[in-house]
Amino acid sequence: MAKTTKNTSWDLSPAPESTGHVTIDKRYDLFIDGKFVPPATKKYFKTINPATEETLSEIALAGEKDVDKAVKAARKAYDTTWSKISAAERGKYIYRIARLLQERAREFAVIESLDGGKPIRESRDVDVPLAAAHFFYHAGWADKLDYAFANSSPTSIGVVGQIIPWNFPLLMAAWKIAPALACGNTVVLKPAETTSLTALKLAELIRDAGLPDGVVNIVTGAGDTGKALVNHPDVNKIAFTGSTDVGKMIRRSLAGTSTRLTLELGGKAANIVFEDAAIDQAVEGIVNGIYFNQGHVCCAGSRLFVEESVADEVIRKLKHRMNNLIVGDPMDKNTDVGAINSKDQLLTIEKYLKAGEKDGYEMFQSQVAVPKKGYWCRPTLFTNVSQSSIISKEEIFGPVLAMQTFRTIDEVIDKANNTPYGLSAGVWTDKGSKIFNLTTRLKAGVVWANTFNKFDPTSPFGGYKESGFGREGGVHGLSAYLNLQG
Amino acid sequence: MIDLTTLEGKDTEGKVRQLCHKAAHLHHGFPDLPNVAAICVYPTFVKLAKSLVADKGIKVASVATAFPSGQSFPKYKIDETKEAVAEGADEIDMVISRGRFHQGDYAYVFDEISAVKEACGKARLKVILETGEIGNLDAVYFASQMAISAGADFIKTSTGKINPAATMPVTLVMLEAIRDHYYETGKMVGMKPAGGISNAKLALHYLIMVKETLGEAWLTNEWFRFGASSLANDLLKQLVKQETGIYQSANYFALD
Repeated sequence: MAKTTKNTSWDLSPAPESTGHVTIDKRYDLFIDGKFVPPATKKYFKTINPATEETLSEIALAGEKDVDKAVKAARKAYDTTWSKISAAERGKYIYRIARLLQERAREFAVIESLDGGKPIRESRDVDVPLAAAHFFYHAGWADKLDYAFANSSPTSIGVVGQIIPWNFPLLMAAWKIAPALACGNTVVLKPAETTSLTALKLAELIRDAGLPDGVVNIVTGAGDTGKALVNHPDVNKIAFTGSTDVGKMIRRSLAGTSTRLTLELGGKAANIVFEDAAIDQAVEGIVNGIYFNQGHVCCAGSRLFVEESVADEVIRKLKHRMNNLIVGDPMDKNTDVGAINSKDQLLTIEKYLKAGEKDGYEMFQSQVAVPKKGYWCRPTLFTNVSQSSIISKEEIFGPVLAMQTFRTIDEVIDKANNTPYGLSAGVWTDKGSKIFNLTTRLKAGVVWANTFNKFDPTSPFGGYKESGFGREGGVHGLSAYLNLQG
Repeated sequence: MIDLTTLEGKDTEGKVRQLCHKAAHLHHGFPDLPNVAAICVYPTFVKLAKSLVADKGIKVASVATAFPSGQSFPKYKIDETKEAVAEGADEIDMVISRGRFHQGDYAYVFDEISAVKEACGKARLKVILETGEIGNLDAVYFASQMAISAGADFIKTSTGKINPAATMPVTLVMLEAIRDHYYETGKMVGMKPAGGISNAKLALHYLIMVKETLGEAWLTNEWFRFGASSLANDLLKQLVKQETGIYQSANYFALD
């Protein structure tokens, strides 16, 4: 037998997930009334892989006429089938979507990573399983709404317009579609223009599931398409997840109308580490809080507050951990941090990095090589940041962490709440009483204790203040898609 | 990075001889394969093992201090250690007094470790925490810190006699204790997870944990060891598979 070769390098070998088993069409049309139809605009736009800058497919651009067609299809489906069939029957369809999504999980995960740049480990272990879980969970509610809202005679709203962001394309589609269908509404959904593929794949899956035509319609496009949907007079409710600026615009255009609205907007979450915390665990939580999904997370823990007595230790351990994060090919199963979703977003992040440096804060970036092509940002930490700086005030939506120190509990609560946002927060301490003290006083929709970025369909999610209103998930989330009496 | 071990009541000279031969001749198909790092035996077999492997660059480690329970008087533990070193042991694997640890008698545990360290002389000291009896990760971290401060050259998870033996969470916490000590003092301490790491894939998980927590400087047999006997054969199985593309049956690999 041959001699063994001595290999003294301890670097990981590439471990790419294969992409050969997925099919992405050259061109995708609009999904209206159960069929894929070309847009009246005759226009298409490209969707690219942000890790390679290669074009993946062309996506139809929906104009006002297309949106109108989709809303009409949804109205017809609502009037003729979806509001007529029994609730248990609705549940069956949603279960079917959930099961099909599980069966095709690998395909969806691969496409999600190709189109959005997120690591395959994340799309495989988080996005797709959670999306399926949302369909399963809401399928169960379909025929039990009277029990969820006793003495309130819950009824469906009608046609719902839904606009979702690019950070969790499939998962956000599931968060929106599943409760809407379970509560008996029909849907027109607009995915974000950089990440339409998994929503269109979901349209294929919904068609395969045999859902009645027009119950779910998917119109693709950018801001103007969304505007057409928001301003359509026959839409009974708008559900939007995205930036606070766009959320404000939507609220303005719906003022004075009877269209119902829920908004899930930006965030600038405080992640608070006390000296009695399990520091190594907290460091993992900090990393998960801000570098998960390249920091493209509305509830990201982008403001880190560390008790001054342990600040040096936390910084040292955090830098050590950051240097071990693998940044690069999203399809590699070892990758921790993937590609920035788009060139525009990369430019936005770089603008904030410059602003932070210009303000004189200490910037640390992990010492990893990133690929030449594609959009990349190394995990970044700013230390000694002040509360008044831009990087600790504005949502960056990238892998950029702004760290401050604190001395007392009252001080850190005041600072944590001193923001127009209020989506989430994190607390790290070994002391239960401290956790309860903070969870009652932090003005945030979700407060995680000794963990971060934990999601479950049974748990309502949503914001305070400019992070929006309305909840998604749990019983609270159902009420956003129902008319309740009394 | 593997310590081949035989620690049974029924150990005989014959058994030790067989193990020593295996330590230096892992597989006839791979004559160039590096030898294992050490042979780990009871004190009474140190002399024999030493005579068989000393010229092959293989170290002899001896368990001591009333292994595996540690329930004996300190003076006997010291004597046992001294005897093992006098017989030629390069390394001593001691157990801490878990009973005293649970009683909160930390000074006793600490003093015992430093006394054994002194008795070791030039031999390197591995301190076995027996994490399966320690109970929780906070206590494992504390015990690791104590062992390191008392003079351990290595900290080791388990005797192999208690379930659970080495697990990834426990090993990670011990690696973190080593890392924290290194940052404070600049001094390296070795790590030896023992028991339960029976295949190459799992071993790789551990190596990555060491690399990411401590760095590549620890990835030598001077600073990292697996206490595992079945691991060697699985490793050989994987090597042969790499060469031939085929998994061979266990019958092709020597048992001892």
